Amino acid sequence: MSVLQLDAVTRIYGAGASEVRALDDVTLTVDEGDFVAIMGPSGSGKSTLLAIAGGLDQGWTGSVTVAGHPLQGLKRDALARLRRRHVGYVFQDYNLVPTLNVIENVALPLELDRTDPSWARQSARAALKRLGIADLAGRRLDQISGGQRQRVAIARAIVGDRKLILADEPTGALDSATGDDVMQRLRLLADDGVAVVLVTHEARHAGWADRIVFLRDGRVVDSTRVANDPAVLLAGA
Amino acid sequence: MSIKYGLLAILDESPAYGYQLKTEFERRTASAWPLNIGQVYTTLDRLSRDGLVTPLDPTDDTRTYAITPAGRAELKTWFTTPIEQTTPPRNDLAIKLALAASTHADLTAIIQAQRTATMRTLQHYTLAKRQADASDTAWLMVVELMIFTAEAEIRWLDHCEGLASRPTPTRSDAPAAVTAPAQSKDKAVR
Repeated sequence: MSVLQLDAVTRIYGAGASEVRALDDVTLTVDEGDFVAIMGPSGSGKSTLLAIAGGLDQGWTGSVTVAGHPLQGLKRDALARLRRRHVGYVFQDYNLVPTLNVIENVALPLELDRTDPSWARQSARAALKRLGIADLAGRRLDQISGGQRQRVAIARAIVGDRKLILADEPTGALDSATGDDVMQRLRLLADDGVAVVLVTHEARHAGWADRIVFLRDGRVVDSTRVANDPAVLLAGA
Repeated sequence: MSIKYGLLAILDESPAYGYQLKTEFERRTASAWPLNIGQVYTTLDRLSRDGLVTPLDPTDDTRTYAITPAGRAELKTWFTTPIEQTTPPRNDLAIKLALAASTHADLTAIIQAQRTATMRTLQHYTLAKRQADASDTAWLMVVELMIFTAEAEIRWLDHCEGLASRPTPTRSDAPAAVTAPAQSKDKAVR
C-alpha cells in the first residue's frame, strides 16, 4: 500500500528572471516497507522534496498524498495533525528537546496530539524497545552519545505506529561506524513495514536503501532498485 | 605477490595440500579473489624451490606442504612491512572520463550512467554486508573494502561533475601568473 505518493509535483521559487524550479514534475511512489534514498548535488531539490512530502511546504502544484490523505487544500492545523499521526522526521542535528529526558522526547508527539499520557508513555517505551535502547528511557540527553540520540530521534519518529519516516541527512553528524548503525536501524524498520525516505549525499548510507532516486535541477534523472535477494555474491567482483 | 604470502600464512597454522590451500584462501578473503588450482600449485613449486615450504612426504601423491623457518621469517617480514602502492593501477573509468572531457562526448550523461551503475553495485555490497555473519571479521573487512571503494568512486564522480559544470574560465579570469611567463618569453624573443 502506498504511504507517500507524489504526482507531477512542481515547486517554483521566485518569478521571472529569478525563477527557480526547485522541483520539476516529480513523481514518486513509496509503499509500506520501501526504503528510498534521494541523492543529488546541492540545490537539486532533495530537501524541498522532503519538505513537501511532510506537508511543511505548501506552494507546490501537482498532487501529494500521505497515508491516503491528499495534502492539497489542507489548512495548517489539519496538516500538523496529519504530520503528527503519520509522519516522523529524523534530522541531522536530532531536534530533540534538551530539557526533556529520553522517554519524554519520544512521547512528545503523542502528548501534543492529546493522547492519554500513560498510553503515550507506553507507546514511547515500545518505540525505544524497537530501537534497542529501552534501557536509556530515563536518561538525560547529555548522558547519551550522538548515535544514541539519533536512535532516540528515530524512536520519536515511529512512536504511535507511524508508517512514514522522512530522514534528512541523519548520519551527517556521526562517524561512519555509528552512521552504519543508524542506517541498520532504519533498514530494520523498513523490513518491518515502515516506509523510509532518506535524503543523503553519502553513497555509503544510500546503499542501505532498496531504491535510490537521483535528482538534478529539480528533476528525477535516474533511479536504481535492487531486489532484496539473498543470492548476491561477491565472487568475481 | 599476495597469493604467495596468503599460502604461507595458511601454512603457518598447519600443513596443507593444494586444494585445501585454495579453499582456505578463498574462505578467508570472502571469495573476493578466487584462485585457480593451477596458480596454487605453481606458487607452491616456487615456494618449495626457494626453501620457504617443504613437502612433508615427497612420495605422498597428495603433496602436503609445511612452512619452513625461512618461510616463517619471510611471512613475518611481509606482515610487518607496509604495502606501498607507488604506481596507480590503470583505471578504465578515468581514461573514459578524461577522453570524454576532451571531446564532444556528453560528459554529464556518462558520469550519471556510471554513478547509477556504481551505486547499484554498492547496494549489492551493502546487502552482502547485512547478510554477513557479524563475527566474521575477515569477510566484513573485505566487503567494507568494496563498499569504501565504490563510495570513493561515487564521490570522485560527484567531484568530476562539479568540475565539468564550472563555467569555462575566460582569458580575463586567468590568474596573472599564467600570463607573466608568456610576456617575459615574448620579451626574450625580441
